[in-house]
Amino acid sequence: MSTLSLTTSIVDATGRMLAKYTPREKINWGRLGVISVPSVWLFVFFFVPFLVVFKISFAESEIAIPPYSDLMNWDAEDTFLSIKLSLANYIFLFEDALYLDAYWSSVKIAGVATIITLIVAFPMAYLIARSEPNKRNLLLMLVVVPFWTSFLLRIYAWMGFLNKNGLINQGLMAIGIIDEPLIMMQTDFAVYIGIVYAYLPLMILPLYTALEKMDMTLIEAASDLGATPTQSFIKITLPLAVPGIIAGCMLVFIPAVGEFVIPSLLGGSDTLMIGRVLWDEFFQNRDWPMAAAVATVMLVMLLLPIMLVSDGQDKKEEA
Amino acid sequence: MTTATKTPVWKQEGAVPFLQIKNVTKKFDDFTAVDNVSLDIYKEELFCLLGGSGSGKSTLLRMLAGFEEPTSGSIIIDGVDMAGIEPWNRPVNMMFQSYALFPHLTVFDNIAFGLKREGMKRDEIKTRVNEMLGMVQMSEYGKRKPNQLSGGQRQRVALARALIKRPKLLLLDEPLGALDKKLREETQFELMNIQDELGVTFVVVTHDQEEAMTLATRIGVMNHGEVVQVDEPQDVYEYPNSRFVADFIGSVNMFEGRVTEDLPDSVKVESKEAGCLLYVNHGINCAPNQKVSVAIRPEKIKISRTKPDQLMNCLKGKIEDMAYMGSLSVYRIKLEGGKEVRITQPNFSRDMGTRLTWEENVYLYWDVDSAVVLTA
Repeated sequence: MSTLSLTTSIVDATGRMLAKYTPREKINWGRLGVISVPSVWLFVFFFVPFLVVFKISFAESEIAIPPYSDLMNWDAEDTFLSIKLSLANYIFLFEDALYLDAYWSSVKIAGVATIITLIVAFPMAYLIARSEPNKRNLLLMLVVVPFWTSFLLRIYAWMGFLNKNGLINQGLMAIGIIDEPLIMMQTDFAVYIGIVYAYLPLMILPLYTALEKMDMTLIEAASDLGATPTQSFIKITLPLAVPGIIAGCMLVFIPAVGEFVIPSLLGGSDTLMIGRVLWDEFFQNRDWPMAAAVATVMLVMLLLPIMLVSDGQDKKEEA
Repeated sequence: MTTATKTPVWKQEGAVPFLQIKNVTKKFDDFTAVDNVSLDIYKEELFCLLGGSGSGKSTLLRMLAGFEEPTSGSIIIDGVDMAGIEPWNRPVNMMFQSYALFPHLTVFDNIAFGLKREGMKRDEIKTRVNEMLGMVQMSEYGKRKPNQLSGGQRQRVALARALIKRPKLLLLDEPLGALDKKLREETQFELMNIQDELGVTFVVVTHDQEEAMTLATRIGVMNHGEVVQVDEPQDVYEYPNSRFVADFIGSVNMFEGRVTEDLPDSVKVESKEAGCLLYVNHGINCAPNQKVSVAIRPEKIKISRTKPDQLMNCLKGKIEDMAYMGSLSVYRIKLEGGKEVRITQPNFSRDMGTRLTWEENVYLYWDVDSAVVLTA
């Protein structure tokens, strides 16, 4: 749940970054009123639930409903209010290799998948941005269309493709490229495929927005000044697409880190991702405080770099 | 810019053109944007391609830069056929109408862009760029980004960027289009100075006849993809070769008529519209009785309350409308036959009382060498 609401906050943050070209206006009450709606929404549905999770992370696991201890204890006889904060969860989290490995492996898988997504999405976004205006909307529609099907169903469909007896193996064997079916399911490879496939639209859309804004005469100007197409791409197209690249990468990387469905359906038992650990803590071990601590650390871990990037962008803009 | 005493290159016998455009045609699907254009442009010329929108002038310029390939015909720059040569390998630089400054680079880096592609050393780039910044009077703005500059400043940066590689041929697409009037005049003269200084050959595309008149050594007027007249500015203005050119450049009054007398060095035209016999003292190639137009510029018509002592080129009319524009006044006069004629007169006198005014009956007349007969 925290990853989902986190995504909204990322969208908000990247929106701020993309909007940096609009001039600043005087703050007025109408504007404040408009802003307050999403602010209240975010406060109630993101910040408050986060506080609850944060609180639980300092509790102790108990066999009860809910399965954790109260932080505050009111002793009526002695009129004594005691607050008991357990840091054990956090200490355990940093001592047990399982969690750190899971964090690291999640970041690694999400990072690699994000880079692959970027490489796949860039030419697609470029093509859409450079196609005739009346075709652009159709192409964008095609990018978004998969969202109309359930996410879960689409991942299941991939199982059908990647299976030992799946479509890909059957096809390859029919052409005679391979004799033995390839083992693709329950591997990291399948996880990458799943993440790249599922998050591709989230990368294409911001890239498209950045590329579509670009004036094509800039490329002509560069080539006129002696830049080969490769040089024009590196010196002009790429730097101008940076806001889109950052936005797209964040939109893909952050939910991918906490991804649960894809690694559990497509990945093997050795595919360690923090989303699965979180799930196991909550539902297998019913250790809510531990799960809450895992979620809190993940949030801080993801939020810090974003804030740094966003801050850096703002400073660059001011310079 | 051109010294009157020297014969201009394009009139010299056997001069080798720097840029040759030979029978160039460009078709987009079934639309012909440029139709069999041939032009010879000489070194250190400032050649203006003048035409309305859709006349093919920009397409022609883009073919010189290499952004478009001619459907047929060839472009030869300094003796080298440009067929198949990519834009980045051409000895040509272009200043874009939108300036096309790179928004993520500083003014300095924008100008240095071309030199960096050549792999020039840092120190050398620095000296060259600073020199160029000084020339366009932008030395203090090297660290700014394009969006922190005014329109005029951007235009200077664009010019500096196009000149930094010392191209043999500089192409300018509506260079002054986005500037206000005062800035335009300033930059026009600056452009001419730069051209004198660097000895670059300029090809300028514009739809603005005033810009073409002040800038150009020669003007090529384009219409529907064809070059209809190539001449020095004053010749294009004073001796247009067609109704289109006469009408496109400056304003003109045209009288339809029939040739009644065709001598080697004079023509008499009978015009119902004018209501009198028109006499022009230059010969034309025409059949007897051919339909022609007599074109006369508004400033060449004289206006008077009293009847002048000439019978030809003398019309009668009534002042329909007038506009005082400071240095001159514009009159719209309705002739007896119903045709309207436009006249401009310098305001010699400050006294408003003696001036012609609305509803006055006047005579219009002009000298025998003021008008032009147009057959095309």
